[in-house]
Amino acid sequence: MYKYNEFDEGFVRERVSQFRAQVERRLDGSLTEDEFKPLRLMNGLYLQLHAYMLRVAIPYGTLNSRQMRQLAMIADKWDQGYGHFTTRQNIQYNWPKLKDVPDILEALADVEMHALQTSGNTIRNVTADHFAGAAADEIADPRPVAELIRQWSTDHPEFQFLPRKFKVAVTGSPNDRAVTKAHDIGLRMVRNDAGEAGYEVIVGGGLGRTPMIGKVIREFLPQAHLLPYLESIVSVYNVLGRRDNKYKARIKITVAENGLDEFRTRVDARFEQVRAQFKGFDQEILAKIEQSFAPPAFRSAPETDYEAARSKNGAFRAWTDTNLAEHKAPGYAIVTVSIKAHGATPGDTTSEQMRVLADIAERFGHDELRISHEQNVILPHIHKSDLPEVYAVLRDNGLATANVGLISDIIACPGMDYCALATARSIPIAQEIATRFDDLKLEHEIGELKLKISGCINACGHHHVGHIGILGLDRAGVESYQITLGGDATETAAVGERAGPGFSADDIVPAIERIVQAYLEHREGPEEIFLETYRRVGMAPFKVALYPEKESAHAA
Amino acid sequence: MSRRPFSPKVVTANALLEGDAIWLTRDDRWTRNMAEAELITDEAVADDRLLFAMSQPDVVVGAYLVDAKDTGNGPEPIHFREDFRTRGPSNYAHGKQVEGV
Repeated sequence: MYKYNEFDEGFVRERVSQFRAQVERRLDGSLTEDEFKPLRLMNGLYLQLHAYMLRVAIPYGTLNSRQMRQLAMIADKWDQGYGHFTTRQNIQYNWPKLKDVPDILEALADVEMHALQTSGNTIRNVTADHFAGAAADEIADPRPVAELIRQWSTDHPEFQFLPRKFKVAVTGSPNDRAVTKAHDIGLRMVRNDAGEAGYEVIVGGGLGRTPMIGKVIREFLPQAHLLPYLESIVSVYNVLGRRDNKYKARIKITVAENGLDEFRTRVDARFEQVRAQFKGFDQEILAKIEQSFAPPAFRSAPETDYEAARSKNGAFRAWTDTNLAEHKAPGYAIVTVSIKAHGATPGDTTSEQMRVLADIAERFGHDELRISHEQNVILPHIHKSDLPEVYAVLRDNGLATANVGLISDIIACPGMDYCALATARSIPIAQEIATRFDDLKLEHEIGELKLKISGCINACGHHHVGHIGILGLDRAGVESYQITLGGDATETAAVGERAGPGFSADDIVPAIERIVQAYLEHREGPEEIFLETYRRVGMAPFKVALYPEKESAHAA
Repeated sequence: MSRRPFSPKVVTANALLEGDAIWLTRDDRWTRNMAEAELITDEAVADDRLLFAMSQPDVVVGAYLVDAKDTGNGPEPIHFREDFRTRGPSNYAHGKQVEGV
C-alpha cells in the first residue's frame, strides 16, 4: 500500500492547521458563512438537513486495518458510532459538530487520510476497481496510476476552480467494475498489439440530469503520456466548459456541444504543448508508487477444509456462492462483505463492524480492505482455507448476508433522510424492497439483478445504470418514485429507459415486485439474468406488469 | 388584479455549531422545537424577520422563509422536507426525535 512521504504528510498537516484557524475565525465571527462555505467545502464539510456532514476520501477504495480502526474511532468519538460508505468510495459522517471537525481531520492525517477535494469544482477522489490487485481478470493493478492521479490532482493550481466537479475512475480489467463510462474521465488499462501497457481513455460520461455514456477519445494512450494527456483534457475543459449554466457545466456537455472530434483536436493541440513540460519525473514517481503496491506474499495451502465446510454447511455454501469472486492467486478468493443486511441502510457500518473487518483483514487478509462503489466492503486476499473461520466471524457480527449481486444488494444514496439536495427519501425504499424480497425467499431464484436508488436527479445512487433504477422526486409536495429499466454499469454500459409514470412511496415496492414477476415469467431460464431478458423482450411486458389498468384500457 | 394571498410562514435555519434545524421565535430566540416558532401571516413582517435572522451570521446558517400552518399547538410544516427537519432521519432514532426537543 502507498505510504505518505514527507511531502504528503506535511501538506495534509498544513491543510488541517489552516482549516483549524478558519473554523476558529468562523466561530468568533470574523468569517461570514459566505466566506467560510468555500473553505469548509474544500475540506469535505457540508451542511445537510439535520447536521454537518464530513465526506472523507478513501483513495481508490483502499484501506488497511489501522485506517479502518481509525474510521471506527472517529465514528465513536465524534459521531453516532457509524459511518456511511458511498458510491464514490468515500465515507461520510452524518453528525459531526463544527468545532470538532479540525480534530477529526487531524485524526485522519494520523493514518494518512484526508477529506480534501471531496467537494467543490475540483478533481474529486479517484476511484478504481474494488477488486484491484486481486482480480483474476486483471491486466494490471490500477491503483498505482490512481495514486499518481491523486498526487497530481491534489491542490493542482490550475484545477481548483473548474467549471464543475470532475470525477476520474480507473480499471485494470476488461470487465469494468469501476463504472468508467459514467465518469468525466474513465481509464481502462490495456495492452496494444506489441504488448505495451497503456490506457483506453474515455471522456464525457456522467449521470445526473443529463445521463451520458462516455466516449473513447483515445484508443491507446502509452503509459508515459498519461498525466500530460489528462492535464490536456482538463485544461481544454477548463477553458471551454460552460460557467454560465450549472446544468451545462460538466465535461459531458462540453464534449456533446462541441463534438468529440473538435474536442479531441483541441486536446491534441494542447497535448503538444503540455507534454514538453513533463520530463519523465512523473514516470519516476509512478515507478516508486508501483513498488508500494507490490502484491502480498501469497501462501499455498490445501483447500480441503474449505470444500469440507461447503458440503457440510448450507449457509456457508450459499454465502460462498454469492459473495466470492475469482482471485488471481491459486487458492485465494476475493470476499465481498455485504453491507446490505436485509432491512439495514445500504453502506452503513457500525464502528464495531469496522473493527471486526479490520481484525479479519489483519489476521487473514494481508491487512487489506477495499470499499466498493456498490457500498460493500471487500477483503481482497483471503485464502480459501481461512474462509470458514472468516465466515463465522462475519456471521457473529451481522456481516454474512449472502446477497451480493442480488436484488437486495441495493445501491442507495442518503436521500432526504440526510441530504439537503434530495427531493425524496431513498433509504426507506431500499429497506422495504430488501425486506420484502427476503420475506418472499425469492432473491436467489431471481439471480443477478442490480437495483439502484437515487433520491434526486443528481443520481448519486446511480439509478440510470441500474438494471432497475428508482428515482425519488417531489411531485406536488408528495414523494414519488420513477422507474427506469435496462441500465448497465459495466463495459456494456447503458442508460436505463423510463418505464412510465411514477409511483407513491406505498406503491413502489409492489411495482418492483410486478417487474420481477414479469421477468420470471418471460425469462428463458434461470441462466438468463434480468438485464438479458429485458434486452431480449424490451419494455412492453414490463409496462403491462407495471400499469395493468392502462394497458388493458388500450386493448379494449 | 388580485395578488395571491400571502401564505403563513416561519423563519428557519441551521445552527452554526451543531448544524441542526432551528426556528425563529416571536421573542427573538432560536428554538429547536418548531411548535415554538413565530407563525408570520404578513408579508412585510416576514421580510423583516428574515432580515433579522440573516443579521446573525455568528449563530445561524442559511436562514429562509418556509410555509407552515397553524394547528392551535404552534406552527407545523406543510412540505414533507420541512416535516423531516422537525424529526431527523427515518432509518435511525437520531436527531430531534430523540433529543427531547
